[in-house]
Amino acid sequence: MIRSIFITLRSAIYSLLLHKLRTGLAVVGILIGIMAVIWLVAMGQGVSHQAQKQIEDLGARNIIVRSVKPSDQGSAAASTRSFFLEYGLLRDDYRRIISNLPTGVIEQAVPIREMRKEFRRGEHTVEGRLVGCSPEYASLNNLRMARGRFLEDRDGRPPNNVCVLAATTAAKLFPLEDAIGKSIQIDRDFYLVIGQTAERDPTAAIGGSLDSQDYNLDVYIPLETQRWRIGDMVFTSRSGSREGEIVQLSQITLTISDKDQVYETAAVIRGLLEKYHPRQDFGVVVPQELLRQAKLIEMMFNLLLVIIAGISLVVGGIGIMNIMLATVTERTREIGIRRALGARRQAIIQQFLAESIVLTSVGGLLGVGCGFLVGPAVRTARELALHLFPDMVSALPSVIMELEPRIAWWSIAASLFISIGVGVVFGIYPALRAAYMDPIEALRHE
Amino acid sequence: MALAFQVQNLRKDYVLKSEVVRALRGVTFQVARGEYIAIMGPSGSGKSTLLNLLGCLDRPTSGSYLLGGRDVARLSDNALSDVRAANIGFVFQSYNLIPQLTVVENIEVPLYYQGRLDAAKRRRCRDLACLVGLGARLSHRPTELSGGQQQRVAIARSLANDPYFILADEPTGNLDSATTDEILDLFRKLNSEGKTIVLVTHENDVAARCKRVLRLRDGLVESDVRN
Repeated sequence: MIRSIFITLRSAIYSLLLHKLRTGLAVVGILIGIMAVIWLVAMGQGVSHQAQKQIEDLGARNIIVRSVKPSDQGSAAASTRSFFLEYGLLRDDYRRIISNLPTGVIEQAVPIREMRKEFRRGEHTVEGRLVGCSPEYASLNNLRMARGRFLEDRDGRPPNNVCVLAATTAAKLFPLEDAIGKSIQIDRDFYLVIGQTAERDPTAAIGGSLDSQDYNLDVYIPLETQRWRIGDMVFTSRSGSREGEIVQLSQITLTISDKDQVYETAAVIRGLLEKYHPRQDFGVVVPQELLRQAKLIEMMFNLLLVIIAGISLVVGGIGIMNIMLATVTERTREIGIRRALGARRQAIIQQFLAESIVLTSVGGLLGVGCGFLVGPAVRTARELALHLFPDMVSALPSVIMELEPRIAWWSIAASLFISIGVGVVFGIYPALRAAYMDPIEALRHE
Repeated sequence: MALAFQVQNLRKDYVLKSEVVRALRGVTFQVARGEYIAIMGPSGSGKSTLLNLLGCLDRPTSGSYLLGGRDVARLSDNALSDVRAANIGFVFQSYNLIPQLTVVENIEVPLYYQGRLDAAKRRRCRDLACLVGLGARLSHRPTELSGGQQQRVAIARSLANDPYFILADEPTGNLDSATTDEILDLFRKLNSEGKTIVLVTHENDVAARCKRVLRLRDGLVESDVRN
């Protein structure tokens, strides 16, 4: 069995080598098709990997509950009478979520209150985001410390006037000195600087549900300190009139222990909050859902690319069929001889199918080899384009400019499979034609 | 005496443009093992048709063809292929070796299609190449051989499956007279060793060297003479 396969393959290779140019051209046709599959899938994977990384920054096991300013203020009759607009998540909501969910479901829950504030240090002032938070905020948002330490539980009990500065805030308030141990002023109070975070890449906005976040102009203080020293109310001056907003918590980020319970838990939380918030002044974002959407988009992307690559494979396959038909016609006499000497039809089919499969597999292997060149090829193309058409290139979206193709292993396996498949599909008709020749006619063929 | 094969009332009609051509109109004869028979006849006598039927390349319209005690006239395409692989040794006018195979591989082809190509069989094929005087050229390709040498390879190939009979179709048609003599000597030698040979020819010189001559005319046996 193995020996007869070996003999079939060897004689197929020998026959193919009799026409090196023709064989080579047919192989190149398949090579290009397979290379296209691998390149396009690699680029698609690169794009979706970028997107997924951004979403995974938010945490696949996280649920983000945010305060949302109600858009139709007219319906909120109570608040129009009042001077203040009161909305959003309550500290009670936080307690309700914690106490209503079974223990163990939630790994951690991090409430924060963020507001725009002016920070002062001597004659330096800077406007940024003041975040009242718990110690878990740092790990949740991948904040790394450059100097000093982040907030700890003891800072909030009792509420101490301590703060952690983000990189840009520190640079602006303390251009020439080390901030640690010094103090900054927010409103009327002074806060001791206990740490400074390292620079962090801003996160991208995701659809309409989450704004992009730049962490570099932040100041972090304990949530309890913020409550006692600053309170829930924020005044903003807008075109002469002053407006007040009362918001207890801006956001609660929940990390769920079990990845598979994220959806159910989000639904429970949504139901729970709806009871107390008829105005829909909150929003629930599930990053995992975004991840799923991104995966779906990736799948559609891959499918589209595979269709394009498939077309080039069909073209390559037609090349194979063309050559196999020529081969069969040329070797009519050989077919007659083999039939006369006892070859069954299926043996003839086997013989010619082996040749077309050898052709396409070699093309497939070479195509996979060239597929690995996708990284250098994209880089070279980018540099070349940057050199030749700088204006056009700079107008391209960053997704394309920063694209790092990632070769998908499944695409290599699929390519080899497909190349064999192309050999079978486009080789079967010529092989059948060979097998169903009349041996007497074939023997007489000149 | 044991029979190599036997045909009985063999008929073959062809339909050409709605006109029926009766190529064979009832041919009956038998060939015993060890015979050396020439089949002769002018063109249109049904000689080629009979050759195709004897070679199991075609099926008769009616009649029977007993080969090794089995009627092979109604077999399926696969079964006929197997009969050709196992029981018939072909020698053609234009040698019909497979150009991409070596001498010894060409000899192995019928065994390959029988699906039993073991080491012993391969050794036998090498011995057959030596028997026809090509032991020194086992790994040559047909294009590197003369016509006579190619025909010797073809004869060795026809012996590879130890057939019921060798069916030679104008085996000397493409050869000069000296080489013709060599090939016919080889046939005679094989026949003297007990091989059954059916030789289709239109040359009287060639037929004269056979033990028995069967002449066809208009699809019928005209004469059947033993020399």
